[in-house]
Amino acid sequence: MNKHLKMDAPQKRVLDETAQGTLGRPLDRPEGPLKVSGRAAYSAEYQLPNMATGVLVRATITHGRMTSLNDEAVRGMPGILGVFTGERFLRNPAQGGAGKAPVQGASEVAYLGQPVALVVAETFEQARHAAQQLRPTFAGEPADTHPEHAAQVDRPDKKQLDQGDVDGAMQAAAASVDVVYTTPPHSSAPMEPHASVAEWQGDRLILRGSYQMLKYNKKELADAIGVAPENVRILSPYVGGGFGSKLGIAPEAVSAALAARELGRPVRVVMSRQQVFEGTMRRSETRQRLRLAVDADGVLTALEHDARVSNLPGESFSEPVQQATHFLYRGENRRHENEIARVHRTCAGSVRAPGEAVGMLALEAAMDELAEAAGIDPIELRKRNIPDTHPENGIPYSARSLAECLDEGARRFGWGQRDLRPGQRREGEWLIGIGVAAAARPNILSDSRARVTLREDATALVETDMTDIGTGTYSVLSQLAAEMLGLPVESVEVRLGDTDLPPAAGSGGSWGASSSGSSVFLACRGIRETLARRIGCGAEALTLQDGVATGGNRRETLRDLLAEGSIEVEGHIEPGETAKEVSQASYGAHFVEVAVSAVTGEVRVRRMLGVFAAGRILNEKTARSQCHGGMIWGIGSALTEEIAHDPRDGHIVNRDLAEYHIPVNMDVPDLDVTFLEERDDHASPIQSKGIGELGISGAGAAVINAIYNACGVRVRDYPATPDKIIAQLAE
Amino acid sequence: MRPFDYMRAEDLQAATEAKGNGATVIAGGTNLLDLMKLEVMAPERLVDITRLDLHNTERTSGGGLRIGALVTNSDLAANPDVRRNWPVLSRALLAGATGQLRNKATTGGNLLQRTRCYYFYDTAMPCNKREPGSGCHARTGFNRIHAILGASDKCIATHPSDMAVAMRALDAEVEVQGSGGTRRMGLDALYRLPGDTPHIETSLAEGEIITAVILPPPPTAATQVYRKVRDRSSYAFALVSVAAVVAMDGARIREARLAFGGLGPMPWRDGEVERALEGQEPSDALFDCASDILLRDAQGQGSNDFKIPLARRTLKAVLREVTRTEAPA
Repeated sequence: MNKHLKMDAPQKRVLDETAQGTLGRPLDRPEGPLKVSGRAAYSAEYQLPNMATGVLVRATITHGRMTSLNDEAVRGMPGILGVFTGERFLRNPAQGGAGKAPVQGASEVAYLGQPVALVVAETFEQARHAAQQLRPTFAGEPADTHPEHAAQVDRPDKKQLDQGDVDGAMQAAAASVDVVYTTPPHSSAPMEPHASVAEWQGDRLILRGSYQMLKYNKKELADAIGVAPENVRILSPYVGGGFGSKLGIAPEAVSAALAARELGRPVRVVMSRQQVFEGTMRRSETRQRLRLAVDADGVLTALEHDARVSNLPGESFSEPVQQATHFLYRGENRRHENEIARVHRTCAGSVRAPGEAVGMLALEAAMDELAEAAGIDPIELRKRNIPDTHPENGIPYSARSLAECLDEGARRFGWGQRDLRPGQRREGEWLIGIGVAAAARPNILSDSRARVTLREDATALVETDMTDIGTGTYSVLSQLAAEMLGLPVESVEVRLGDTDLPPAAGSGGSWGASSSGSSVFLACRGIRETLARRIGCGAEALTLQDGVATGGNRRETLRDLLAEGSIEVEGHIEPGETAKEVSQASYGAHFVEVAVSAVTGEVRVRRMLGVFAAGRILNEKTARSQCHGGMIWGIGSALTEEIAHDPRDGHIVNRDLAEYHIPVNMDVPDLDVTFLEERDDHASPIQSKGIGELGISGAGAAVINAIYNACGVRVRDYPATPDKIIAQLAE
Repeated sequence: MRPFDYMRAEDLQAATEAKGNGATVIAGGTNLLDLMKLEVMAPERLVDITRLDLHNTERTSGGGLRIGALVTNSDLAANPDVRRNWPVLSRALLAGATGQLRNKATTGGNLLQRTRCYYFYDTAMPCNKREPGSGCHARTGFNRIHAILGASDKCIATHPSDMAVAMRALDAEVEVQGSGGTRRMGLDALYRLPGDTPHIETSLAEGEIITAVILPPPPTAATQVYRKVRDRSSYAFALVSVAAVVAMDGARIREARLAFGGLGPMPWRDGEVERALEGQEPSDALFDCASDILLRDAQGQGSNDFKIPLARRTLKAVLREVTRTEAPA
């Protein structure tokens, strides 16, 4: 049986009527004990009989051709089984949702660090040594390595907006700002590096890989190696973080598959940390110009947000810097100019909250500057500029709790004690300040399927190729099925990460829980209809709780109702008209207190509060963890994280975790997260919205705004490392 | 990693003989193993000295402290005598690396760790330290963490240790055992400036092994401070660090010993800075004068120009702290 819903209209709140009471509770992850005891096998941990190991080799020029693999000496080294390259090798990973192979052909080099060959040996040590000894020869061609000096700069028509008269509004403004912010490239830096184990069973490839969106990855991998998609099976039951870097199939998977086919043996390829940095995806650097104008009432009259980002020649992705700017604030006169500089640097792609993660660093800091210029409290300025309808296309908003998040946060954080003038609070050499920023991230519902089987023993099985990349998918799908079927959560088994199961939305863009959750919800609705028929009542009249069904004056255990057979339903959610008829987003507000050393310019975050509203919360603990993670990313982007590209050849200089500074424990204070109760009937039949990227959106701007309040230094070139603070701070 | 021979030294003589015959010494391995995996270093032979009897910390007859070369950074930082009498050393140790690394890293190994220069770590890039004569890619590249003092046109790498900075301020000496016997030298003699030969980092002879670090008796009536400025709160190398051991005589500075990390190819010390302070009444003008002397030859490389003002600000703040001098309003 199938249960399908196209999201063409708001849906009633079925989950407010169910009786089990498990949904939303802060339950532990069912797979948690496996993970902390080392029994959850990640891709690289599979030990297959006769498995060989491959290590990738990088290009050492920026742009040009590989003229020779130069592999004679290496082929004679101990244990070497083969050196592989060729026209099917990937130059960079597929962009998220591509569904086909990305650019291929290892003989062409587009950036320094591009994988060009795979050395396979009996052991990892043999392969690594030979890979380091392999010195392919290259013929270099001129390269562009800096986005500000690139010869080719694209300005696609569909990425430009010019509405009304921004220049006129700027001239007529009661107050305005015209500022340029820059953000550096970022790395996703997942704890688990990219890893694949490829095994051919006859004509069929089994790939155990660390990936986020399996139904697309299967097609990408099949296309890359030239087989039919049904001859590819990908298994990703556990993924140690992705953050966008594992959205699309990557060079290690394709090279492992090719080598395994050639050798007739399983092949494992795990990227080193350095290879993850330079051979997967980075977030583009940005240069953003913000021109904001308000009238005498503090209402935005102009909002211009321009950006220059970069990517490799030919790559379709460009960082969508204005993604939140489109709908967050008023301003009838609007302009977005977008430029994409073509550079020979590691591929740019989606990194957690593509768009908002850096766009809101600039927008929300510029709003802080505007508040000061206009003499209006930053919270009040934001509240006055919440639009009635979408400022670019006029559609209404679905559930939106931005003002409530700002007010609740202000109350909890003690915003009223903030001194408007910077540099007024001092404790020894430390200057103390607080800052605020809004959070917003559009909600996306994506096509997703799941099969739910209610078995004769009154346990349920949920099956889908959805992934859990550390986000809590196992938890929320268990809870949804338990809630809908009236079962203790322990009676639900969830199987994920296998392309032989019904295809799901995958993990990305914050859509995973709502999309795959809706498919599970729909399947369970189908099961409830069958149970209602068996008990003899309407589906609306059926109550399920703790394995007991009640309806039509009858009360039966599920076991009894299932005696005539288990029930299997596939649920299928499809996005529909509500995605176009209303503007859907999750919202929030960040509050930060920092201390800035007047001597060294070092910044310490002392307090951080996030208040969020993202529709129905499915598991309060995993949702909170998502927000914690996002807020920590915000601290990193504000203070420490920056990929440094060599100015001459564009290669990533700081390609390990010693020199690419993600925050450490000491950089992170106790994080306070509060959720506001909300239902979004337009978003999905379970009324939930995306939360995985909400916590980072705007978080870093709140840090930067707090720094300004602390010491009067406005850093417009992220991150705010000590050198940038002391450059503006009197000794 | 290149295949290598491994031998475990049963006694010091075997170790020095092996090193004399070209073996590379391994103790905690926290730096060497990383470098071997990347083939930045590719020794043919390793001699493991961890079973040697160099694990003790004990007072010398003269009241100083003899720290065995194999004492771990964690143990040394936690040693009650060190914490009480040489607190600057304990502080410096705890400012470095992570708990896990400090549990493995040894005193001798910490002194001999290699630079963190990005180009040294990338075998596709020129580096005179890794491959003499290939060039210095850092000078015209990204050099945020590089030296402003003591560099040469062949190499601008810094020495990354925190521990060694405190030891330099404490006038520590290393005890070295070689085939010709034992000798002692200060850290200024142990380390060499890069000049034209940045691949030669120390004055240790072929068969010589560091067996101990000797601290002189504790400074009397001195205030000891270690201050480290870095890009994140922990697990980051110093942009600038200052180890200060300063004693007052009434209103005047009786003795000042100052060493600096993050600025040069070795833990940096400049006697003229100290002489300018000694015998003087502390004041911001005096501290400016000391900073001027320290930085008189400082040379920024581009991305690290900020280290010059940062070193001045940090030194002055440390001097204010150890002399209890108020900052000017």
